[in-house]
Amino acid sequence: MNASIQKLFVVVILLFALLVVWTSRWTVFDATGLQNDPLNRLGYFKSLTVERGRIFADDGTVLAKSVKAGGGTWSRTYPQGSLYAQAVGYYDAVYEQTAGLEQSRSSQLEGTPTGVSSVFGPLGGGQQVGDDVYTTLDPKAQELARTLLDGRAGSVVAIVPQTGAIAVMYSNPSYDDNDPSSCTNLQGIGCKTNLATQGFLPPGSTFKVVTTTAALDSGRYTPNSIIKGDSPITVSGAPLENDGDVSWGPVTLTEALTNSINTVYAQVGEALGKQIMSTYMHRFGFYSTPPLDYPAGQMIASGERYPLTKLLPVTSDLVDVGRMAIGQDKLAVTPLQMAMVAATVANRGTLMTPRLTAKVVNPDGVIVDHVKPTVYSHVMKPSVATELTTMMTKVVEEGTGTAANLAPLTGEVAGKTGTATVETGSVLDDAWFIGFAPVSHPQIAVAVVLTHIANGYGGVYAAPIAAQEMKTLLAEGL
Amino acid sequence: MRVRNRELLGLIPASLLITAGFAAVFIQRSNVLAGVSLTYGAIFLGLCVVAHIFIRVTLPYADPYIFPLVAVLACFGLVMVYSIDGSTLARQQAQWFVLGLVLFGGTVIVFRDYRKLERYRYLIVLVSLALLVLPRIPHIGYEVHGAYLAVNIPGVVAFQPTEFAKVGLVVFLASYLRDTRQVLVAGPRILGVTLPPLKHFGPLLLLWGVAMVILILLHDIGSSLMFYGGMLAVLYVATNRLSFVVIGLIAFGIGAWYLGTHIPHIDARVQEWLHPFRASLYNSKTASSYQLANAQFTQAAGGLFGQGFGESVVYIPNSTYHWLPAPDTDMIYAVVVGDVGLFGGAALLFTYLILVARGFKTAVLARDSFSKLMATGLSTIVALQVFVIVGGVTRVIPLTGVTLPFVSYGGSSILANFVLVALLLLVSDRARRPGPAVR
Repeated sequence: MNASIQKLFVVVILLFALLVVWTSRWTVFDATGLQNDPLNRLGYFKSLTVERGRIFADDGTVLAKSVKAGGGTWSRTYPQGSLYAQAVGYYDAVYEQTAGLEQSRSSQLEGTPTGVSSVFGPLGGGQQVGDDVYTTLDPKAQELARTLLDGRAGSVVAIVPQTGAIAVMYSNPSYDDNDPSSCTNLQGIGCKTNLATQGFLPPGSTFKVVTTTAALDSGRYTPNSIIKGDSPITVSGAPLENDGDVSWGPVTLTEALTNSINTVYAQVGEALGKQIMSTYMHRFGFYSTPPLDYPAGQMIASGERYPLTKLLPVTSDLVDVGRMAIGQDKLAVTPLQMAMVAATVANRGTLMTPRLTAKVVNPDGVIVDHVKPTVYSHVMKPSVATELTTMMTKVVEEGTGTAANLAPLTGEVAGKTGTATVETGSVLDDAWFIGFAPVSHPQIAVAVVLTHIANGYGGVYAAPIAAQEMKTLLAEGL
Repeated sequence: MRVRNRELLGLIPASLLITAGFAAVFIQRSNVLAGVSLTYGAIFLGLCVVAHIFIRVTLPYADPYIFPLVAVLACFGLVMVYSIDGSTLARQQAQWFVLGLVLFGGTVIVFRDYRKLERYRYLIVLVSLALLVLPRIPHIGYEVHGAYLAVNIPGVVAFQPTEFAKVGLVVFLASYLRDTRQVLVAGPRILGVTLPPLKHFGPLLLLWGVAMVILILLHDIGSSLMFYGGMLAVLYVATNRLSFVVIGLIAFGIGAWYLGTHIPHIDARVQEWLHPFRASLYNSKTASSYQLANAQFTQAAGGLFGQGFGESVVYIPNSTYHWLPAPDTDMIYAVVVGDVGLFGGAALLFTYLILVARGFKTAVLARDSFSKLMATGLSTIVALQVFVIVGGVTRVIPLTGVTLPFVSYGGSSILANFVLVALLLLVSDRARRPGPAVR
């Protein structure tokens, strides 16, 4: 009997060994897979017990903070609500959803276990406190954007050209990030869509700044090149008219930009060809997700899109380069992209990487991440940028953008209007203005768009808003 | 060193464990737990010392390691229950230990000559079988997760009869096989397999029947595996015939397969076991793998060294909903691994293994067949109970809701297991008594 008992014990040892092997499967070998399983909410539960860092505007206004929610957990509140919701986003405890800076800066906002808790973690647990994120957003100009848009669907983006710092990013519709699940759409635009980074909008004549850059920097044209501005002309087998079907006769390229002459720019676009246009568009950031510290899922690349929302290379046979050169064809762009175009000209042809974050500071007050300006691309020669600035100044002084010539910035604003017809029947337009100021030493670049405005000329609707924004931002002494 | 002094020394690890464990939980939850709750730990240690003195007087020759091992397990369990559900359940658990120790003392005194149990073996087996059927009686028994393992007479008593039935069935089988083990192997051999005479094999066929009845009535693979495995182990030791075990396992396998595919609850348990992370099963209202999948997640969070006592998430934060249902009973092993990791879990299993080894050692030293078979059966059933619940939680086998002996929260389990330990120590005391066997 004793021999049998010993054999039985061997069986028990084997059974227990099986238990240890299986335990190590879940704790070691399969642990990573289990931790990443979508059903596993433990990581999320853990994050609830973290006091996430605050998010600030550039003057110290609190945009997001954590408040105690009982049971050792924290919840998020947004004192400024819908004014910053597009940029700041939200971190929804209940539905495990997150957006905006709350998402893109999440790892810093959550922080890492420090001090005592990192040493004694397994025994002590301990409280985890996240880092604070200081944004580049300017509360006064942000508030002004909301006031001036006045409930109409549209977007305002302002960039400091030399640093890429985004001073304003406000869009209508917006939502209250304290309650992201309830908000109302506006003119078919989803209320949680950030029009500034996700809008599929035709740029209209503001795109002529891109075409002019290609024309001048490629050496094919000068500001004084003479082109015939007759109307209508045939482009890609279809007639193209100037605004009001005006025939301008032979004009300089400067005059063509000043008066936004479509037929001139269509000829320029066709003469430059798809390859050159494509090169300069890529340099400006078209065809790439914007290099912003913002969730990639909430940004779209600007460019030709066909069929539907699929990106179409400029070199495709389906592209009508003449119409693209005047901002039509199948172009779909974001206000952020057009602000980047204006900022590039303002910064002597160099595009700085746009960013929403100035610095990240840990709970001890130490700056752990000082976001420094970085160059995204050299788009054009500084001399070309100077020529283009002169041309764009003329637009505001005597062309389509005179509404932006606002005291005390008179004569110091460069810009370009855009009027993109989106519905031909009842003539609904997207009204655009991109520009920068002061011309002598540019400090701020803006893009303003209002969508679906009846007979919405950019020079009438968007230019005054852009001027007000620049005036406010410059008055604060950026 | 004298045997009983070794036992006293063996209690030191238990005291260290309970002191360190309570201190860790206390420091971490100092905001919610009152200082007075620490005294439960002290009271508990005092109880262990009292029990030791009792053993010193009544069972001077008994194995010196069994009781300290039980104390270590119980202390660990108390710390776990305390860290999971706070002082209320921990206090109740400590109260159950007081009752358990009283029952332990009562068993030792009443069955000082435990061999008189043999006289009541048919009474014992009838009571045990009745206990097994009890949960199916309407208004008394009730269903937990589709299995019938609990009895609740409101206002009188609520308990898990299977915990007591397992002890009774082992005692019966040890006694029965002591008488028949010779004749069972005396039959004709066909193809190298000994066929026992039908007359004596009948009762063994009955055992298979009992296991199948447990499956049919209680809807529970794990319990029936535990009972049946324990019976086969005793049968094997009694007859030394591997063929009996093989035939027995095949018979069980066939029965389990047939019933598994024909009883929806068992089939559901098998599906949960095979595919716990399938979203349709995870979110199912009826046969949900939520508990089992979350147990794997909890273990994964523990890793090698664990997250610390009380760090495993058992409630969905800011709610009263369980993330890990039954954390202090069925799922306690998952919480152990989540808290103290693979190493902690392995150490716990090793503690059980030593306890089982001491039980088998007792069986080896015992001088008569009944004692040998009973000690073997009792030890095996502890080992199998650990295997069934830990194997269920770690997905070696489909999950069954039995307790982890001495560690899980639960009165029936503690009481029944203290009776089991008392019987084991009685056998051991007799076996190790110096001089010729007293017969």
